[in-house]
Amino acid sequence: MSILVYANTANNKVHKSAFEAVSYGALIAEKSGDTVTAVVVGNADDLDTLGKYGADKVLHVTNDKLNDFQPTLVAQAIQHAAEENNASIIVFSHDLSGKSVAPILAAKMNAGIVTGAVDLPQKNADFIVKKAVFSGKAYAHVKITTPTKIISLTPNALEKKEFNKTATVEDKAYELGDSRLKVVEQKFQSTDLPLTEADLVVSAGRGLKGPENWGMIEDLAKALGAATACSRPVSDMDWRPHHEHVGQTGVAIRPNLYIAVGISGAIQHLAGVNQSKVIVVINTDPDAPFFKAADYGIVGDAFEVVPKLVEAAKAIN
Amino acid sequence: MKILVCISKAPDTTSKIAFTDNNTAFDKNGVQFIINPYDEWYALVRGLELKEVNGGSVTILNVGGADNDPTIRKALAIGADDAVRINMEPTDALGVAKQIADYAKENAFDLVLCGKETIDYNGSQVGGMVAAFLDQPFISNASKLDMAGNTATVERDIQGGKEIVEVDTPFVLSAAKGMAEARIPNMRGIMAARSKPLSVVEPSAFENTTEIASYELPPAKGACKMVSADNPAELLNLLRNEAKII
Repeated sequence: MSILVYANTANNKVHKSAFEAVSYGALIAEKSGDTVTAVVVGNADDLDTLGKYGADKVLHVTNDKLNDFQPTLVAQAIQHAAEENNASIIVFSHDLSGKSVAPILAAKMNAGIVTGAVDLPQKNADFIVKKAVFSGKAYAHVKITTPTKIISLTPNALEKKEFNKTATVEDKAYELGDSRLKVVEQKFQSTDLPLTEADLVVSAGRGLKGPENWGMIEDLAKALGAATACSRPVSDMDWRPHHEHVGQTGVAIRPNLYIAVGISGAIQHLAGVNQSKVIVVINTDPDAPFFKAADYGIVGDAFEVVPKLVEAAKAIN
Repeated sequence: MKILVCISKAPDTTSKIAFTDNNTAFDKNGVQFIINPYDEWYALVRGLELKEVNGGSVTILNVGGADNDPTIRKALAIGADDAVRINMEPTDALGVAKQIADYAKENAFDLVLCGKETIDYNGSQVGGMVAAFLDQPFISNASKLDMAGNTATVERDIQGGKEIVEVDTPFVLSAAKGMAEARIPNMRGIMAARSKPLSVVEPSAFENTTEIASYELPPAKGACKMVSADNPAELLNLLRNEAKII
């Protein structure tokens, strides 16, 4: 048997979340003795790094039809690889590409699937995977009852482990169907790291009073090596780009550290950040609901506190 | 243009989450149910806007028991033409998708729209599964959808950016923020919804592939440790030496 992991790429690099997925597969394999096979679709120049995080073998699928992101065709390629390698477990990252491809594969293979896993599966009599539900307010332990099992792993949920294997790379030219989807244009954000994959995030809300005051937030993020985010009103007023909006309608994130400046902590905002490992809240209002969800807090004026934090962060590094 | 909008019923965002039956069932006591926001604000409203411009119809599809009917009526009040409820308690995304696909196959829709995920199970699964069962293209996390004849131009979120894709109908799309603005049903809509057709269809046979063994609430957060505003450097000290995350 083997464990198959879809390792997605962008700009010729394997994604950080893909390394986490490979490491997750390898941690399962460590107990079961299965081999770990990573499937890469399209080009990447750091395929050997997949061995570092636990892949025994890399299947490099090349096909001109896959130059654009075609979820249906990617699912076909993975299904070929799964059948060829007699895969019992197929692992995805629960990022935007995993969310597109994994459900298609589950339907095609009639495989039970758990999306958004936050821990390794429990394998006693039953195969049970823990996932966050109710927008982070609870967890469900979900039993998969089919022989082939699909799991997609929430980014930043598990620390990736180094296995330092040397993976063999095989090129694969699977026959794929045709897609009716045509990509016309791609617009990538200037930031290197998608918000969902950032370990540290500095976020700010309406308390900052206007877009012209974001310099100190960016300075703090830079000094800490963090990504920047914002609350919904801030993105609705176009103070900040929409992709920075975290919360129920924006993106849900799970960083190690979430610093919220001038955000009151409405339940819709918490739904997007309550899975963060450590939450810091800086707010002038001691009664802001966010303090109840926070690990550390400062009651104070952001315009005084944040510049001091920037200086202190610079001093550390 | 025939549009199918799949809606799910979800507990209101502000609901207190609790479980019963030895943590195996969601405690519905005192919970207000709503249309899953992504299904309503984005999929349904955009479907209605497209119908208003291009003509056609918007049909609501829900998989659930009779207690979902008030939620379905709300979708009709917002402006959908008719509704279908597949009479089955949804317990498995693949099972739900199979029911939707079976219905859609028989009724040949140009567009099948749903939200990017539900706010209760947070699966992001049903749309892709329906597309796979129907052998149609799937565009996930779409933030814009425009139609010109049978050709759609769609903006979708991808890792690290956005992508504009073109696709001819029929296809399946999951909707995210940006697609449309929420609509509040007016009195005329609410009155009209009462007499709009809501048909109940019995489910086709399907064997579940997953089941929820139990639920768990996260451990209660400890008290928030306060740091003086006069000494923010202490915060970094705590993050480094106590929380060990920077």
